Amino acid sequence: MLELLPPLLDGAWLTVRITAVASLLAAALALAAGLARLSAWRPVRALAAVYVETFRGTSLLVQLFWLYFVLPLPPFSLELDAFTVAVLGLGLNIGAYGAEVVRSAIQAVPRSQIEASVALNMTPALRMRRIVLPQAALAMLPPWGNLMIELLKGTSLVSLITLGDLTFRASQLNAFTFRTVEIFTLVLVIYFLLAQAIALAVRAAERRLSRGIARRTA
Amino acid sequence: MEGFDWGFALEILPLLLEAARITVFATVIGFAVAVVLGLVLAILRMSRRWFISVPVGALIEFVRSTPLLIQIYFAFYVLPEFGIVLPAMVAGIAGLALHYSAYTAEVYRAGLQGIRRGQWEAAVALNLGPWTTYRDVVLPQAIPPVVPALGNYLIAMFKDTPLLSAIAVVELMQRAKIIGSDTFRYLEPITLVGVFFLVMSLVSSALVRRVERRLALRKG
Repeated sequence: MLELLPPLLDGAWLTVRITAVASLLAAALALAAGLARLSAWRPVRALAAVYVETFRGTSLLVQLFWLYFVLPLPPFSLELDAFTVAVLGLGLNIGAYGAEVVRSAIQAVPRSQIEASVALNMTPALRMRRIVLPQAALAMLPPWGNLMIELLKGTSLVSLITLGDLTFRASQLNAFTFRTVEIFTLVLVIYFLLAQAIALAVRAAERRLSRGIARRTA
Repeated sequence: MEGFDWGFALEILPLLLEAARITVFATVIGFAVAVVLGLVLAILRMSRRWFISVPVGALIEFVRSTPLLIQIYFAFYVLPEFGIVLPAMVAGIAGLALHYSAYTAEVYRAGLQGIRRGQWEAAVALNLGPWTTYRDVVLPQAIPPVVPALGNYLIAMFKDTPLLSAIAVVELMQRAKIIGSDTFRYLEPITLVGVFFLVMSLVSSALVRRVERRLALRKG
């Protein structure tokens, strides 16, 4: 069974890289779209709502296929390599879900906090950066952790746009060796361990952030 | 949109709608199984016997944190090794149902944990068996509040049905890909598939929100 591991771990490394890069893109998009949904300007709110609804309302695989098969053809003629498509598709998709996490966490910050910072004559930007976001970040973490695991699981779809990730390697090995039971069991275990690693990291981050808050209120 | 051939789109629409029936069928059957299996898993997870609750809890955790695509492959490629040969469609629906039953189990668990202790105690005091307790006392109170959450997972499952194309079930996505490779036009078929999912999701989320409001009114 051990000889199956190197090719699988090779694929797992690509899975990890896609997860990492796509999660950065997703975080940036989630923050931008989440804030935009709370904007005072109606067109900005509408634009963010269209982004969120479009990417939450269509399926991830459809989005990946659209970027992979439709974009290179006219009228777009924009050819992206598969890795870019994977990162872009997953980032846009998870970013749309993340925008709702950001929005609801910001709305959950107690009103008195905002009133106090207005009373202290803080500019809106300063208020957001120093008062609202640090408190919202703690509320965001648990749902964000779940989204990261969704992102990790979503990376398995990139095997369908020819990227050699863990799922792709598994299908490939399966076609060569027919050691179906071992291969797919190993792959499930590897994905499970990766998901547990994400869950642990999020819990550690949670502890760190809440320690800071406890100190401040003490 | 420039380049979007409306004539071609209209021409392939009947083909896509026919494949969409497979998509809807897979969703309905898959979710029907997930709703029942999830409830069973949730009740087993709440069991006082650790040798039931711990393995079931681990199973739910495992299924939730591994990709649906691999689970579908598992049903399609691995089960035959154990003598269970399923047609692609059945394997796909089994994968969907198993994956989402882990999610619905967590939803039910939230509902079950919302039941006040006094209800259980009263059922014991009235000498009701576990079956009657669940059927007549606990579930009628635990399930209605979680219906919207179940609805959201129904929508999520619907959006995951394109994964069945990976084991060559000719649902909507696979049909669009076939049209694409036959005609070298991907813009119309894949865009139409996206629009189909978008419309269905928007309509069904609006329905879920309505149910949610209803429930909130009834409680208030």
